[in-house]
Amino acid sequence: MKGSDVAVSGISKSFGDFKALKDVSLEIRKGEFFSLLGPSGCGKTTLLRVIAGFEDPDAGSVKIDGREVTGLPPDKRRCNTVFQSYALFPHLTVFENVAFPLRIRRVPNRLVREMVMRHLSLVQLESHADKKPSMLSGGQKQRVAIARALINEPSVLLLDEPLSALDAKLRQHMLLELDAIHDKVGITFIYVTHDQQEALSVSDRIAVMNQGDVLQVGSPQQIYENPSSDFVARFIGETNIFVGKVVAKEGGFATVEAAGFGSLLVEANGEAPVGATVSVAVRPEKIRIGSDEPLGFPELNVRSGLVAEPIYSGFQTKYIVKLAVGGSLTVFRQHANWSEGVPDIEWKDEVYVSWSARDAVVVESSARPPSSGGIRRPA
Amino acid sequence: MKRNYGGLYAAPQALWLSLFFAAPLAIIVAYSFMKKGLYGGVEPEASLDAYRALANPTLLLVAFRTLWVSLAATAATILVALPCGYSIARSRNQSLGLFLVIVPFWTNFLVRIYAWIAILGNEGFLNDFLRLAGLVGEPLQFLYNQGAVILVLVYMYLPYAILPLFSTIDKFDFTLLEAARDLGASRLEAIVKVLLPNIRGGLVTAVLFTFIPIFGAYAVPLLVGGKDSYMLGNVIADQVTKTRNWPLASAISMTVTFLTAVAAMLFALRSRRKAVHVEIDAGVEATAATRAAS
Ligand SMILES: Nc1ncnc2c1ncn2[C@@H]1O[C@H](COP(=O)(O)OP(=O)(O)OP(=O)(O)O)[C@@H](O)[C@H]1O
Ligand SMILES: [Mg+2]
Repeated sequence: MKGSDVAVSGISKSFGDFKALKDVSLEIRKGEFFSLLGPSGCGKTTLLRVIAGFEDPDAGSVKIDGREVTGLPPDKRRCNTVFQSYALFPHLTVFENVAFPLRIRRVPNRLVREMVMRHLSLVQLESHADKKPSMLSGGQKQRVAIARALINEPSVLLLDEPLSALDAKLRQHMLLELDAIHDKVGITFIYVTHDQQEALSVSDRIAVMNQGDVLQVGSPQQIYENPSSDFVARFIGETNIFVGKVVAKEGGFATVEAAGFGSLLVEANGEAPVGATVSVAVRPEKIRIGSDEPLGFPELNVRSGLVAEPIYSGFQTKYIVKLAVGGSLTVFRQHANWSEGVPDIEWKDEVYVSWSARDAVVVESSARPPSSGGIRRPA
Repeated sequence: MKRNYGGLYAAPQALWLSLFFAAPLAIIVAYSFMKKGLYGGVEPEASLDAYRALANPTLLLVAFRTLWVSLAATAATILVALPCGYSIARSRNQSLGLFLVIVPFWTNFLVRIYAWIAILGNEGFLNDFLRLAGLVGEPLQFLYNQGAVILVLVYMYLPYAILPLFSTIDKFDFTLLEAARDLGASRLEAIVKVLLPNIRGGLVTAVLFTFIPIFGAYAVPLLVGGKDSYMLGNVIADQVTKTRNWPLASAISMTVTFLTAVAAMLFALRSRRKAVHVEIDAGVEATAATRAAS
């Protein structure tokens, strides 16, 4: 691995009375594609700016490869940034934009030419070298910004929502390209986004942030399948959350009495002892919807209800189902002829929804300290 | 049918310009090609005497001195105006900054020159202060030399440089400076390689707005200058009021006007069309800003 590891410890940063970062600690590994994910205003950019050296933290330290860099100016750190607004120099051509760092270092001309062209070909822009940034499309500007940030051969590349100004289709494409570039250059990427889909699809690990706190760090699967809090569960994808009391426990399964949902079977370990109040999350795509009552599966939770709202979106339909016991559930159903031998489910149809106890996850428990501040890695 | 009233609407401006700009200019051009009258004025007789008289070593010396003083004063003005414009553009309270830049305009030009005399004179505040502080025994001679002329010229024309610089810097995207720092540039390199090229329009306007009036300066060298700071403006005035050689005064004016016009055009052209656009914008905005702040 060519990249560096980045250790952020105990970083706090306030703007006036407002605490943008509250004692944030992260360990980012060499060569990792690491994402900072969180809603708007949660402090992602601020954290990135602290790492880049644009912002001095009020407390805490940043280490790159074990070397303390807190307090060093940006030009003295081996990391480069791809800015959200690209920040291309409008008075320079694409070539000179990418060459800028080399010109600063007074690299001889023939070397400059070779290095710039190599980096432009990495982002497939060789033929646009002589254009001014104003003549490029959004995606092309983005690539110039990436080539320019990579030419100093940094050991860490910081990307602040680099795709947010692109349209959905191009975003998908650029995301794959970014991933390919990451594989090719092999350095550490720290990628800021508020789009969970983006983060899930390319990251090695993700840190979910909210209001200046890191709530959870883990692989995309861990974050998605085992969210450590209601917030993470709700923020990453859609989810159904039940809050209730554990009334019984037997063989790795807990029975939870949840208002509006009745008593539910949930796979649980020691985190949910009898008497604890827990939140349980079930992803909508893990719930089966059908007109027949499924019988004979011991670990299945089955509820009957009425389709309150079917929302068709091409590759799937989202159903809001009003349960006979009171609550309501969100369910996704893919469309394929093999999926159900029954006609389409429509508005006001009576249906049965069912899900396995193994697909229900305890995300919060009164037997566990509330999840805010610091890092908690999922078990 | 729709009638085109454009010509009609433009009439007042055309009238104004022809009355107060074109006509006087034409008179000066005409005078410069006539013979000098005995007690001032001109004899209506074609002559190139006035232009021949231009090739006079004293006059050339004054011309070069004027050029030097103007260049030095313009350079100093821009050097001071840049950080001023930058800090106003970046400050939270831009209108206060602009207001402070405009405030001097509320006082008459001449009064402000006399204020400088009151500060710099042998009995002035500065000398009083130095004497009281025990730093000097005899008063220092600050006034009546080139240094004083340049200092007061810089003071006078600073607002004309600050305003266009402010308005372009205000539109500048400061993340570009962060990007430059991020890519390895020092603070100074970022300013020279990224800020300056991107505010070129404002720089061009600021240079033109200061250099041209300074080149024709008259009152400042007259009041705070000495023998070594006599400028073309003073020569012209003397030719009109003392030596009474109106054709020569006209010929000098014409030459200066012609040369500054050509120089300004070349300068603006060299800064390329795009920058010139910005410059015009900046000029317009600077005037708007002046109006808004006052
Ligand atoms: N220079 C500043 N002065 C004052 N407040 C600031 C400053 N920079 C950021 N903030 C505040 O800090 C909080 C976090 O900002 P930050 O830019 O880090 O958010 P973010 O997570 O990047 O959001 P987004 O997804 O919208 O970019 C915001 O509430 C913002 O208003
Ligand atoms: Mg941001």
